[in-house]
Amino acid sequence: MNRYPLWKYAIIVIALLVGALYTAPNFFGEAPAVQVSPVKAVLKVDLATQARVEEALRDAGIRPDAISLEAGSLRVRVDSTDTQLKAKDAIQRALIKDPADPEYIVALNLLSRTPAWLSALHAAPMYLGLDLRGGVHFMLQVDMQAALSKKAESLAGDLRTMLREKNVRHGGISRNGQSIEVRLRDDAAVSAARAVILEQFPDLQTTEAQEGGDYKLTATIKPQAARRVQEQALKQNITTLHNRINELGVAEPVIQQQGLDRIVVQLPGVQDTAKAKDILGRTATLEIRMVDESTEGRAAETGTGPVPFGTERYLDRNGQAVIVKKQVILTGDNLTDAQPGFDSQTQEPTVNMTLDAKGSRIFRDVTRENVGKRMAIILFEKGKGEVVTAPVIRTEIGGGRVQISGRMTTVEANDTALLLRAGALAAPMEIIEERTIGPSLGAENIDKGFASVTWGFVAVAAFMCVYYLLFGVVSSVALAVNLLLLVAVLSMLQATLTLPGMAAMALVLGMAIDANVLINERVREELRNGASPQAAIHAGYDRAWATILDSNVTTLIAGLALLAFGSGPVRGFAVVHCLGILTSMFSAVFFSRGLVNLWYGSRKKLKTVSIGTVWRPEGQTAAKVD
Amino acid sequence: MEFFKIRRDIPFMRHALVLNIISLVTFLAAVFFLITRGLHLSVEFTGGTLLEVSYSQPADLEAVRGGVAKLGYKDVQVQNFGTARDVLIRMPAVKGVSSSQQSEQVMSTLKALDASATLRRNEFVGPQVGDELALDGLKALASVVVGIMIYLALRFEWKFAVAAIIANLHDVVIILGFFAFFQWEFSLPVLAAVLAVLGYSVNESVVIFDRIRENFRRLRKMDTVAIIDNAITSTISRTIITHGSTQLMVLSMLLFGGPTLHYFALALTIGILFGIYSSVFVAAAIAMWLGVKREDLIKAGGAKRESDPNDPNAGAVV
Repeated sequence: MNRYPLWKYAIIVIALLVGALYTAPNFFGEAPAVQVSPVKAVLKVDLATQARVEEALRDAGIRPDAISLEAGSLRVRVDSTDTQLKAKDAIQRALIKDPADPEYIVALNLLSRTPAWLSALHAAPMYLGLDLRGGVHFMLQVDMQAALSKKAESLAGDLRTMLREKNVRHGGISRNGQSIEVRLRDDAAVSAARAVILEQFPDLQTTEAQEGGDYKLTATIKPQAARRVQEQALKQNITTLHNRINELGVAEPVIQQQGLDRIVVQLPGVQDTAKAKDILGRTATLEIRMVDESTEGRAAETGTGPVPFGTERYLDRNGQAVIVKKQVILTGDNLTDAQPGFDSQTQEPTVNMTLDAKGSRIFRDVTRENVGKRMAIILFEKGKGEVVTAPVIRTEIGGGRVQISGRMTTVEANDTALLLRAGALAAPMEIIEERTIGPSLGAENIDKGFASVTWGFVAVAAFMCVYYLLFGVVSSVALAVNLLLLVAVLSMLQATLTLPGMAAMALVLGMAIDANVLINERVREELRNGASPQAAIHAGYDRAWATILDSNVTTLIAGLALLAFGSGPVRGFAVVHCLGILTSMFSAVFFSRGLVNLWYGSRKKLKTVSIGTVWRPEGQTAAKVD
Repeated sequence: MEFFKIRRDIPFMRHALVLNIISLVTFLAAVFFLITRGLHLSVEFTGGTLLEVSYSQPADLEAVRGGVAKLGYKDVQVQNFGTARDVLIRMPAVKGVSSSQQSEQVMSTLKALDASATLRRNEFVGPQVGDELALDGLKALASVVVGIMIYLALRFEWKFAVAAIIANLHDVVIILGFFAFFQWEFSLPVLAAVLAVLGYSVNESVVIFDRIRENFRRLRKMDTVAIIDNAITSTISRTIITHGSTQLMVLSMLLFGGPTLHYFALALTIGILFGIYSSVFVAAAIAMWLGVKREDLIKAGGAKRESDPNDPNAGAVV
């Protein structure tokens, strides 16, 4: 009765193998490495870059342990920290021509020593949380009300222009918070204005009211439009943050949306919070200026003459010089959106910019006077300008919808739109949570968490072995398997391990032993009541199962609630807690039964079971033991 | 080895009234301290700035206090953290001063006092996050309570569900009472520990209830009190050993986990101890007073086990 069919053993063996395989990467430790990633989303790190890096290392006499190209960044693993610094210098020299304007980030990093065949199976070590490796954590709140107000402001301007174009007479348009109020004289004007809004402004909804002799039309942003505005604002802010953080040279930054209006930024290894905050909070500006098309300007552009008075020289992304006038036509404030698209006639990739009312008016005037000339769009960051694009004006452009086209691939159009949008944050942000953990504290935390789990495990296992003898050994092995599977699952999911996570690991081991205690006590009780050893093992496991299931479900309910409502450290705790309960069901019941069956199951005439003292009150003899 | 050589069923329920009065008194005391003293909430809940500074020699707390006080911040707490060389400084959020300015000011002052001062950890939490965390904590607690009650009501019966939840909520309140009385810091990990304990000690009640149900089936002649006594007696060894094992783990965290895990482990310790007590004495007694009967648990009069083939416990009848 205590035998497993072959397939059950097969499951156990497979689970153990897979568990061991995915736990293994955690034991290889980390090696120093140099990571190369592009500064801007426009640039790519590819095989050509890899070849250059390899050549640079060869020239410097450095033999890297491994070079891998992953997720757009190149990682070079070396054997010691000395070589790491040398390699970094060599790569920097080879890749970066102008230190003031680096194209690549060359950062020091730690990489797992996991052998390639394990990595090929997607086996990777657990990701360590900031509290274990040190670094900076920020939570930023995006001011959505400001984003909506900005949108309302630009819509108010657009509405003003549109009403004038359609000859609707009004007594003034004003923005009140996030709604736009239009004063009108009579009924006819009200219906005319409403018709314009209905036709031209799909994002607005209107209500009307009468004040004295005046009519007031109030337009508000529709809820779904408001949601879109907020989503875009958040996305744009994340993009901008990405671009800025890239300059910090952090190897593996985490920039994530949290909830509807929050962004979490984690910078492992960064210690200088002040600098990080400075860079996060910086504003980039966009300017539109005219290109100097005079002969002197042309000469300066080709490098044969000096830069004329009243103009400045900027480079575009390809390093081409562009001479632009100092006078600023428009700034990024007037740009409401930039999206990649396609020309409806030529099917060429384009970038479509949307300007606000004031911007459109200026833009129309400027383009009317400068047909055939070039205008430059320049992005200023850190006080340094770069020409994003310098298209030729073909015709007068009114209405604020600007299409830039010609000689662009789809990728370039995407990148240009991104750069235009990334110029500024869509809405102001505020740091609402900040955490810095020094690297020494991180290392200490790992040691402490590790010691807690180890010593707790040793104590529990020792007690079980002494108290339940062979069954205790089985329970201890099952507990070890539980730990193995838990770490394997966490590694597979690439979960982030934190100190509370390690605490949960210790706690879950302490709780998981409950199942084995229940089983062992049940087996003892059956023996006490006179059951034969084989029957006692069978009944012990069977009867304990219902109880184990019940108790695990209640623990799991608590774990899931923590997962649902917890944030930060509590989440890390809850993930490990829940997974640990699930793996314990397998190890404590299915696996330990397998071991017991393997040991006792085949013996027909089993006289005794090694489960410690089966005590019976005196005068009460056990039923016959066969 | 066998620790529990129990000859006869221990009459736990005979003393139920006295023990429950003790429980009630402890509970009321906990509530009293919670109201009068309140919880010493961590920066995560209240919002504010926290700095952990490490020195090469044991730190002079008075000097640190004096230095920080000169900067003009009110309600600043300075205390040792783990060792005498580590100092924890807690400051409430100040309007108009950003957290980085605050921590830079303090660090430069401390460096001027003692050049060996190094910043190990810095935490800033805005007030809006704090309120949210407190609310989320309450939501989590409520959903644990409701979830467990629904599960127990389905699996057993409403009387057991009510009894288990009362017993275990009483544990939670007592843990909180301890934190209020000693003014230990109540942080997010402690909250996690409290909720984990709630799920864990419900286990205990479940094991006992399981046995009570089984006994109702098996021992037809016994009355309810005797059945409960027998159920508790036959599970007591398992109860103590399991909790002992879990406590070994928690003890290891308490000893080796360092100051970060200290209060977390402490909350678990109290929770485990009171978890045993409340499951054994409180939960079963409340179920008894609520009037659990054989008929409640055994459908169709409990005549035959075949009457409910879906009952996972059906196999448990001898």
